Amino acid sequence: MTSLPGTPGPGTQLTPRDARPAPPATPAPPATPARPATPALTETPSARAIPAAYRHLAGRSVDPVGIEQRAAALASRSVKTVAKDHALRTAISLLDLTTLEGSDTPGKVRIVSARARRPDPGDPSVPSVAAVCVYPSLVGEVAAALCGSPVKVASVATGFPSGQIPLAEKVREVEHAVAAGADEIDMVLNRGALLAGRYSEVVEEVQRVKAACDGRHLKVILETGELGGYEMIRRASLLAIAGGADFIKTSTGKLPRAATPPVVLCMLEVVRDVYGETGQMIGVKAAGGVRSAKQAIALLVLVVETLGPSWLTPDLFRIGASSLLNDLLMQVHRRESGVYQSPDGFPVD
Amino acid sequence: MTESSSEVLATSAAAWDYAPAPESRDVVTIRPRYELWIDGEWSAPQSGEYFPTVDPSSEEELAVVASAGAADVGRAVAAARAAFERGWATDHAGRAHYLYRIARILQTRAREFAVLESLDGGKPIRESRDVDVPLAAAHFFYYAGWADKLEYAFPHGTRVPHGVAAQIIPWNFPLLMLAWKIAPALAAGNTVVLKPAETTPLTALLFCDVAREAGLPNGVVNIITGGGDTGAELVRHPGIDKVAFTGSTEVGREIARSVAGSGTHLTLELGGKAANIVFDDAALDQAVEGIINGIYFNQGHVCCAGSRLLVQESIQEPLIAKLTERMRRLRVGDPLDKNTDVGAINSRAQLERITSYVRYGIEDGAEIFQPDCVLPSHGYFHAPTMFTGVTQSHRIAREEIFGPVLAVLSFRTAEEAVAMANNTRYGLSAGVWTEKGSRALAVAQALRAGVIWINTFNKFDPASPFGGYRESGFGREGGRQGLEPYLHLT
Repeated sequence: MTSLPGTPGPGTQLTPRDARPAPPATPAPPATPARPATPALTETPSARAIPAAYRHLAGRSVDPVGIEQRAAALASRSVKTVAKDHALRTAISLLDLTTLEGSDTPGKVRIVSARARRPDPGDPSVPSVAAVCVYPSLVGEVAAALCGSPVKVASVATGFPSGQIPLAEKVREVEHAVAAGADEIDMVLNRGALLAGRYSEVVEEVQRVKAACDGRHLKVILETGELGGYEMIRRASLLAIAGGADFIKTSTGKLPRAATPPVVLCMLEVVRDVYGETGQMIGVKAAGGVRSAKQAIALLVLVVETLGPSWLTPDLFRIGASSLLNDLLMQVHRRESGVYQSPDGFPVD
Repeated sequence: MTESSSEVLATSAAAWDYAPAPESRDVVTIRPRYELWIDGEWSAPQSGEYFPTVDPSSEEELAVVASAGAADVGRAVAAARAAFERGWATDHAGRAHYLYRIARILQTRAREFAVLESLDGGKPIRESRDVDVPLAAAHFFYYAGWADKLEYAFPHGTRVPHGVAAQIIPWNFPLLMLAWKIAPALAAGNTVVLKPAETTPLTALLFCDVAREAGLPNGVVNIITGGGDTGAELVRHPGIDKVAFTGSTEVGREIARSVAGSGTHLTLELGGKAANIVFDDAALDQAVEGIINGIYFNQGHVCCAGSRLLVQESIQEPLIAKLTERMRRLRVGDPLDKNTDVGAINSRAQLERITSYVRYGIEDGAEIFQPDCVLPSHGYFHAPTMFTGVTQSHRIAREEIFGPVLAVLSFRTAEEAVAMANNTRYGLSAGVWTEKGSRALAVAQALRAGVIWINTFNKFDPASPFGGYRESGFGREGGRQGLEPYLHLT
């Protein structure tokens, strides 16, 4: 057997996984300073803060051509008749009905809350949505409006959407939201630290916020549109999970590129790997840019074919959106009556 | 988990089987009986014999098709010869014009072709709709571009078409293989007599309508149907200048023997036993998709299928776990359902061949995995199958099965992987999965196969030449190189 031209010897290329240097038992050293290039995860001292199981998973590569092809192939699934009925109702039950505008008022969030409890007042068979998602200042209002219903109160926090405030302020904001009655906290991941390679800082921040959540559900927003590629999305997902995230969430909804099918697929694959490796069941929330029932059903198909239908519960999958609800209701109505209602038949707020 | 959510779980699992989403059959009209297409018209076989073609997913007879005898072959060859002598070879712009027209008509009638292809051959409508028909049209478009530019393809010396080409195509991609054969032959200035496979003649016969609609001069394309005897008559006919065959290595050998010494030009595209090599740094989830696509695409009825998976030992466990999970999600069933991933096996004979290879696999001591899928009670179906613990000496690792059966072997070093991959009689295709560019290129160079895919599999493009080494045949189809077998270059 002749040696392959240009191929390094087996010793250098075939280092088995478990032959990598074991992580030291001592706590992580302080974060390294920012660097222009993103260092490999296994090489930074800062990475040692991450448990070995996640670190090894984060080292896996993602092929962009392949993942986009897979997402496109799944988009061609045909969901019709009774399957469509079921999918539409499931999508409603997984919805985080969201309003995150500077112009939000107590009155507006009360209306949103009422819609969340009974999305279609004319049809009691339509399920309530999973949660209402607002800014911390409006949590009290929503909690009061949803009192006695199964709908959860979710609050964005930690300097949403940029996250550019001191950690102490982030923690204080979370404590405020929790005290006001939030069941779920949607925090933003520290992208600055992540892109600079200060991984332990990212994890520690999630851990601090998790502690401040005091048992509430924590969703960590990765803002995938700012991360530059699938491998960084994979890494960010694992750092969030290592820090204690119950859910990983695609985006704030404040950027144009958000919950695209391949991005959601990438995160679902991370969750599948974590489940396979540790048995932990992490949720995924697709948020940003999901406006049509067709898009929502395509997301459910991604979940079903990646993690299985058992992942389609509000504990494990959510869709964050505002205008989506009306399109879902319009489709439900279309399935029942055979005709499309005018958009004016559904409230616009 | 609460009680209500476990209820949701139970009902949703059933609902997520999707509801049936069948593509309508109404777009196709199948005649009860098909004659031979000779010299621009339908003509009954002088033999008076017909044979049935069936829908492999239901075993229902779709139509009867003429069986061409020696006299019919003679008429078809004579028609092709006459058309060749009427100036087909010199009308370069005209040939480009007809090929463009054919491509456009194929696109317009895409749904009709896709449904008919799935009905007659058993392949999932998703594949005939998204792969077979669009690629067939793309092939005609591509060669239309070359028809009046042959002096740019081969700038030195002269380039003269051979004359009449006999083309025999297989049943796995009936329309696409027709396109691969007819488009370059016509572009180069030849006329053709084409024989589709016995079990899948219908799209080739529908193509006759396209030829007529495009106004193709009579006799330029002749389509005769029949079994192996018809094929043998065709390749032996003294009026044939060039034979192009795609099919089994066995038949390919016979053809090579029968044309030997006759001066007839020959190209063969035969079997394969491709290695799909996955290194430990590969993007695993995408590699899994590539492996699945490599072996279960078109029920594994693909000559370049990645039927041997060579996986680096250190990632064998997670990769097999992922593959097993992924196989459980493959949807086997009605080829016309838009959600079907794996359709029907093309014929009873092929199903028996696959079943016997699965038995050899078990007898040789390999470990079998098949997902728990319910196969339809009628028709020819086979569950996607994976064998692990396979060694190079197992029959399932050496012989072409041409079905949804994957043999998994493991390796430790790149050298070992290359040695295993090349240790086969064939050499049609191979796949390499690694994130390391230098390794991908070095391994690709060391593999003896005509097509090598890096971090993907089963990708086809009309501009890219396709063909084999060793017992996978010789000659290239596709690209500028695909014109060469149809031209006499001096």
